[in-house]
Amino acid sequence: MSFQEILQLMIESFPKLLMQGIQVTVPLTVISFTFALIIAVAVAMIQYAKVPVLSSLCRIYIWFIRGTPLIVQLYMVFFGFPSLGWKVPGFTAAVIVFSLNEGAYCAETMRAALESVPSGQAEAGWCIGMNYLQIMRHIILPQAFRTAVPPLFNSLISMLKDTSLAANITVVEMFFAAQRITGRTYQFLPIYFEVAIIYLIFSSALMALQRACEKKLNSFGADRG
Amino acid sequence: MALLEIRNIHKAFDGVGVLKGVDLTVNKGDVIAILGPSGSGKTTLLRCINYLETADQGTMVFGGKEYDLAHTSKKDIAAIRRRTGFVFQNYNLFRNKTALQNVTLGLTVVRKINKAEADRIGREMLKRVGMEGKENSYPIQLSGGQQQRVAIARALAADPEIIYFDEPTSALDPELIGEVLNVMRKLAEEGMTMIVVTHEMSFAKDVSSHVIFMEGGNIVEEGSSKEFFENPKKERTREFLRMENVR
Ligand SMILES: Nc1ncnc2c1ncn2[C@@H]1O[C@H](COP(=O)(O)OP(=O)(O)OP(=O)(O)O)[C@@H](O)[C@H]1O
Ligand SMILES: [Mg+2]
Repeated sequence: MSFQEILQLMIESFPKLLMQGIQVTVPLTVISFTFALIIAVAVAMIQYAKVPVLSSLCRIYIWFIRGTPLIVQLYMVFFGFPSLGWKVPGFTAAVIVFSLNEGAYCAETMRAALESVPSGQAEAGWCIGMNYLQIMRHIILPQAFRTAVPPLFNSLISMLKDTSLAANITVVEMFFAAQRITGRTYQFLPIYFEVAIIYLIFSSALMALQRACEKKLNSFGADRG
Repeated sequence: MALLEIRNIHKAFDGVGVLKGVDLTVNKGDVIAILGPSGSGKTTLLRCINYLETADQGTMVFGGKEYDLAHTSKKDIAAIRRRTGFVFQNYNLFRNKTALQNVTLGLTVVRKINKAEADRIGREMLKRVGMEGKENSYPIQLSGGQQQRVAIARALAADPEIIYFDEPTSALDPELIGEVLNVMRKLAEEGMTMIVVTHEMSFAKDVSSHVIFMEGGNIVEEGSSKEFFENPKKERTREFLRMENVR
């Protein structure tokens, strides 16, 4: 292929790849991360409160997720579950796995953040007659979230990139779309370079969002001196 | 009838006795100073009375009702706490709340008072401790003395029948101690009932009505403040006061 033709291919494929990113990669990331956060807060609160039985189950869940490769988890659900009589579409399987996987890591982040809130904060809440849920909602969780925002954003950015693994279970996200184009044209470098650029655009947007969030949350007045 | 009566309170940590049968009677308007060397159980006593620790044994009579300190229901504990205030050595202001929000949180969340009324009370309480103008400051933006005064305002907001102070000035730089003690002195003059664990001998001497001297989980000596400082009965008390340069 001549340079002209390569340029032509890149110009043609860019919008296709970008659309695939916007239509599949982004929703997959956003939906999975939302579920992951819900799982993380629930699991972290169970562990923080040391709820019997449930907190042991949470520990086993985190242990399993952290100790096994993401790709194996994806294959288990997508290729394995049908043999149990439950056929899961690729996108659904990806959402389930990414939510559970990211949920475990974020739960660890949230738990550490909860435990970093000094015990005197809760004690002061008890002393003015608040109950456990009121203390969690108004005092502990807001402070923990403040601590957890930077690491949670790191997890989110990692997950955005990890969604490319969903190509292995037939989810036609951006990376899968790129593979199709290279299969036809054999232009690996230009196409994958384009994909890299689009991932970079998405992650940069998240990094900008992270900076804005951190600024807004800046340590409860610490920025105002 | 006494406002608060504690009988035979016991508490051990890991089998080591920290409170070994302390009794305490507080009448309305009393300002009781608790003195004693480090580790004598003063903090533990206050924490057990407010259920931040669960006593192993003991009885409390508060507002005419009797409670078993080792087995009080959650409901009763919450009710008792709504009628008492607690001021910590290290303030423990809610870090994610402004000074005003620190004072009003209990009003809006616990008492379900509407925001406008809570804000009015909150501002009034901050004014009482000389913190007007700092309503919107976060704890991190305040000095230790200012934080402790906000903490006192937070305790006052609930219109408590008694306030417990655990060494309220021990974490402060010397030049900030006075502003907090002045607020406490004013509360005492207004007739607030207080139990104050303190190392400030001048405060105990000038402001408190009664003094309790503790050591090793027991009360060594107690009496009216005048009697205690002018005419201590026990040799151990005299020695303690000599060390604190009071006599
Ligand atoms: N949560 C706890 N777990 C184990 N031991 C404790 C705990 N709290 C207090 N203690 C021990 O109980 C004893 C009494 O402690 P306490 O804090 O009541 O003393 P204190 O009179 O307030 O001393 P200080 O003047 O230093 O504040 C100390 O030996 C302390 O180490
Ligand atoms: Mg103490």
